[in-house]
Amino acid sequence: MTRQKFSLVTDVPLILWLTFVWGALWQDFGAGTLIFGLIIAFVVVNFFYLPPVGLSGRFNILAFVSFSAGFLVDLVTASIEVFWLAVTRGPALRNAVVAVRLRSHSDLIVTATGHATSLIPGSLVVEVDRASSTLYLHCLNVRTEEDAEAMRATVRKSEAAFIRIMGTRQELAELRAEESVS
Amino acid sequence: MLTDVVMSILLIGGALMSLAAGIGLVRFPDLLSRMHAATKPQVLGLLLFLLALALETGSWPLIPLLVLCWFFQLLTTPVSAHMVGRAGYRTRHLRQDLLTIDELDDVVACAVVEVDRDDPAHEAEGVDGRQDADRRDVPDH
Repeated sequence: MTRQKFSLVTDVPLILWLTFVWGALWQDFGAGTLIFGLIIAFVVVNFFYLPPVGLSGRFNILAFVSFSAGFLVDLVTASIEVFWLAVTRGPALRNAVVAVRLRSHSDLIVTATGHATSLIPGSLVVEVDRASSTLYLHCLNVRTEEDAEAMRATVRKSEAAFIRIMGTRQELAELRAEESVS
Repeated sequence: MLTDVVMSILLIGGALMSLAAGIGLVRFPDLLSRMHAATKPQVLGLLLFLLALALETGSWPLIPLLVLCWFFQLLTTPVSAHMVGRAGYRTRHLRQDLLTIDELDDVVACAVVEVDRDDPAHEAEGVDGRQDADRRDVPDH
């Protein structure tokens, strides 16, 4: 495997992130620590080469903040819901494995959507079909086709949020076109 | 005083999430639904504990570290849950009778039929596709 040339879009965010981790671990954000962290991050990125993540080059902070807020609300309500199900329903619980077809074929967006879905209690990614971008989710308390459909809509909504945050321009344009139709 | 009150509420909230995980583990019927209880409430539980910790120490340099703790929890929880869930599904450690819909089952069955067609030696075994799914990996299309 040949190392590609230093790429601004992929490597700089990674180096900045590693420098932040270094500072956080030392609990010190002084110039000395940060510069040393920067050197280590640079060495790590160049010597321990990982397959590059296909970043799109755009990141919408506003969309990210609004998604995070929604995510926290979902997290709290869903945690309480699972608690409630555990207490009241327990052994009588009925679940489903639901297939959700995503729009995007970007690994990053599919992974992020899968993560966000898995983090919200009540759904769990069992299988991913990368070729068709399909997530297979195990969902708690799904009894009817309508419940499953609601689940699919939620997942596609969080995918749309990720496209708005960091999808490519093309994906964003397709999403807008899709929304203007419906 | 106010900090103490908020902190107690956060800590009790976090502890309740642990309780939810415990109750879920005992009461849910099969592996996959227990996975939900075992992993998910902790995401919120840990967040509440870390918030309480940040309030208690009140030291700014500690906060990035706490953020990192939660961030890595966010990154790793779904991966471990996915690995266990996936392995559990493929080895049939789940109760099919508890599933109202199973859209993955057909896909796995199809994949197994495809593998059999490609590799006629396995047909001689006379095992039906469903049991075959236990042992053979489903190819990525």
